[in-house]
Amino acid sequence: MAPRPTSLQVIPEQRTGATAPECGRRQFLADALRLSGGALVLLAGGSAADALAAVAEKPRGEAYSWDEHLYAYLIDTSKCIGCGSCVRACEAENKVPDGFYRTWIERYVIGMDQTHVDSPNGGKDGFGPVQVGFTATKSFFVPKMCNHCRATPCVQVCPVGASYRTKDGVVMVDGERCIGCAYCVQACPFGSRFISPVTHTAEKCTWCYHRITKGLRPACVEVCPTGARQFGDLKREDDPVRRAIAQDRVEVLQAHLLTEPQCYYLHLDKEVR
Amino acid sequence: MPEISGFSFPNDVHVWWSLMIVMYPYITGFVAGAFIVTSLYHLFGRTEFKPVARLAMATSFAFLLVASLPLQLHLGHPERGIQIMITPHFTSAMAGFGILYSGYLAILVLEVWFVWRHEIITRARRSRGLRRAFYAALALGTYDTGPQALEVDHRAITLLAGIGLPGACMLHGYVGFIFGAIKANPWWSTPLMPVIFLMSAAVSGIALLVVLYQVVSKLQGRAPDQPCVSALSRWLWFFLILTITLELLEIIVMAYERSESWLIISELLTTRLEFSYVTMQMIVGGLIPLILLAVVVLMNRYLHERVRNTLSTVAALLCLMQVFSMRWNIVVGGQLMSKSLRGLRSHYEPEMFGREGILMAIALLAAPFVILWAFDRVLGIAEREPEPRAQDAGETHDRATEAGGVHAA
Repeated sequence: MAPRPTSLQVIPEQRTGATAPECGRRQFLADALRLSGGALVLLAGGSAADALAAVAEKPRGEAYSWDEHLYAYLIDTSKCIGCGSCVRACEAENKVPDGFYRTWIERYVIGMDQTHVDSPNGGKDGFGPVQVGFTATKSFFVPKMCNHCRATPCVQVCPVGASYRTKDGVVMVDGERCIGCAYCVQACPFGSRFISPVTHTAEKCTWCYHRITKGLRPACVEVCPTGARQFGDLKREDDPVRRAIAQDRVEVLQAHLLTEPQCYYLHLDKEVR
Repeated sequence: MPEISGFSFPNDVHVWWSLMIVMYPYITGFVAGAFIVTSLYHLFGRTEFKPVARLAMATSFAFLLVASLPLQLHLGHPERGIQIMITPHFTSAMAGFGILYSGYLAILVLEVWFVWRHEIITRARRSRGLRRAFYAALALGTYDTGPQALEVDHRAITLLAGIGLPGACMLHGYVGFIFGAIKANPWWSTPLMPVIFLMSAAVSGIALLVVLYQVVSKLQGRAPDQPCVSALSRWLWFFLILTITLELLEIIVMAYERSESWLIISELLTTRLEFSYVTMQMIVGGLIPLILLAVVVLMNRYLHERVRNTLSTVAALLCLMQVFSMRWNIVVGGQLMSKSLRGLRSHYEPEMFGREGILMAIALLAAPFVILWAFDRVLGIAEREPEPRAQDAGETHDRATEAGGVHAA
C-alpha cells in the first residue's frame, strides 16, 4: 500500500504541462534551434511571417511507412508509483471524456488470503491511503490499457470492419465508420473500450498513433516519471523493449484467452487479471 | 453512477447493451417459435395444429417486421446501421444478421403469399375499384385457382417451410451465438447458449400462440379447438422441459467444474439477479408452468374444457415471463459483472422515455399485434368460411376442405 508521494506528485504535473501537446525533449531542442534560426532571419530584416513559415516548413523527414515498424509496449509493474500522470496525460492528449479511460492504474493490496483492488477515478488523481481489513503482505500498482492484441476479438466481432489492426501493430477504430453497436466493447476481455458519450462510437487507446507516426512516444510513456511504461519498435534490433521481450521473463494479461496481447508486463502478480 | 461492489475495470461499469438488446432476442424468439408451430403443420403434417397454422405464420411474419427495430434503436449511429447489410465484415457474427434476416424475410414473404394466394384472388374477384386493384397487385397477375395450381401452391409451401424452418432456427440460434461466442464474458461464453436460445424461442413462440389462440377465439366468439389446445400445451411442456434443463445444466457445469468465474457468477445470481433469475426465470416462470402443463398433458382426458383453457393460458403467460427474464438475465446480467471477475455493479434500471426506454420497448411489443390486426383486415387470418351455407353439412365440409386445400397436409 503506497500513499501518494507528495514530492513525486508535483513533478509529473509539471512534465505534463511541459510536454503537451507533442514535444519530446529532443523534439523541443530541435524546434528551439529552428526557432532561433527564424529569429535570426527576423533580425536580418525578414518579416515575422517569414520566421513562422520557416517553422511551419520544417523538413518533415522521410514519409512514414507502416511496413517499417511493429510496435510493442512494456510495463514494469515494480516501477509504477501510482502517480496518475499517465492517465492525466492521456486524457489531455486524447480528449478522453470524463468517467471513461483509455488507460488506468489499478492498486493491489494483497494479504495471504485476501486481495483488495481499487482504481479510484482510474488512478487519475493518484491514490490516497487505503485501510484494508487484513494484514497486507504486498502492494503494487498495475497500469492498464488496450493490449493491442494480435489476435484481437474486438476486430473479429466488428460487424462493419470499423475496428482494425494497422500493419505497424496498432488496433484502431474508424470513428467515421463505427455504428456504435458496442459488440467490440463486450468482446474486449480487458475492459479497454468504451462508447464515447460525445461521438457515440467505440473509443480506445491508440498508443497515440498521431504521435508515434511522427517519431514521438505515446503521451503516457512520455510523462511516466519512473520509466514503468516503455514503448518500443520490434523491427528495430537495438530497441530496449524488443530486447526485454526477447530476453526477459515477460507476461501478458489473460494469456489463457489467446488474444496475443502486445502489451507485455514485467513482474506481474498472479492476482492481476 | 452505479455502485460497485468489489473491483470493476473502470470502463466496465456501464450497461452498453440495454433494454433494446433484451427485446431483440425476445422478438426474434417469437418469430422462430411461431414458425416452428406453423411448420409442425405445413411440414410435419401435425393436423392438430391446423387451427393455429395460419395465425402462427402471420404472427411470425408480424414479429419479423419489427425484429430489426430494437437493434436500430440501440445503435450509437442508427443512420449507419445499414452498413451491416451493405458492407458486412464477415468475421463478425453480427455481420450474419443482414443475410439471415433478409433471407428469412424473403422466404417468409413468399410462404405467406402462397398460403394466402387463394384468399387474395377471391378478395380481388369480390371487390371493386381501388380495392380490386390492390388485391390484383398482390395476386401478381395470376388468378389460377384450379386444382393443379393449388397443388403447386401446396408443394411450394412445403418446400418453403422446409427452407424456412432451418432459416428461423438459424436466425435465432445466431442470436444465441452472438452471446455464446464472446470469450471475454464467462456468463455468456458457452456453446450451450445458441441451443438455450433456440429452445426458449420455441417456448416463447408456442406460449404466445396458446394465448393468442384463446384471445382470437374469444374475439371471434367460438370455442377454441381442444385437440389443438392440448397439442400446443404438450409441445410447450416439451420445450419448457428442454429449456429449463439446459439452463440449469449451464450453471451446474460451471459450479461443478469450479470454473474461475463461478465465484462471481454465483454471487451475481444470488444477489443482483436474485429476483429475475431465481424467482422469475426458475420458479415463477419455470417450475410453476412446468407443473401446470404437466397437469394439462398428463391429466388431459379428465380435464374440463375451461380448466384446460385456463391452465394452459396461465402456464403460457408464465412461460412468456420466463423467457423475458432469461433474456434479461443473459443480456443485462452479463454486463453487471465486470470482466475483472472481481466486482458487480448495482442494478440496471432502464430509462422510461427515450430511444432505449421502457415505453419504446412496450411500443415494440405492441407493434406486431397492430400488424397482425392489419394483416387480418387485409388478408384475413382465420380460414375462410365455406361460402354456400344452404347446402347440407357434409357437402359444405367437402367444399371447405377444397377451398382451404392450400393447407391440406
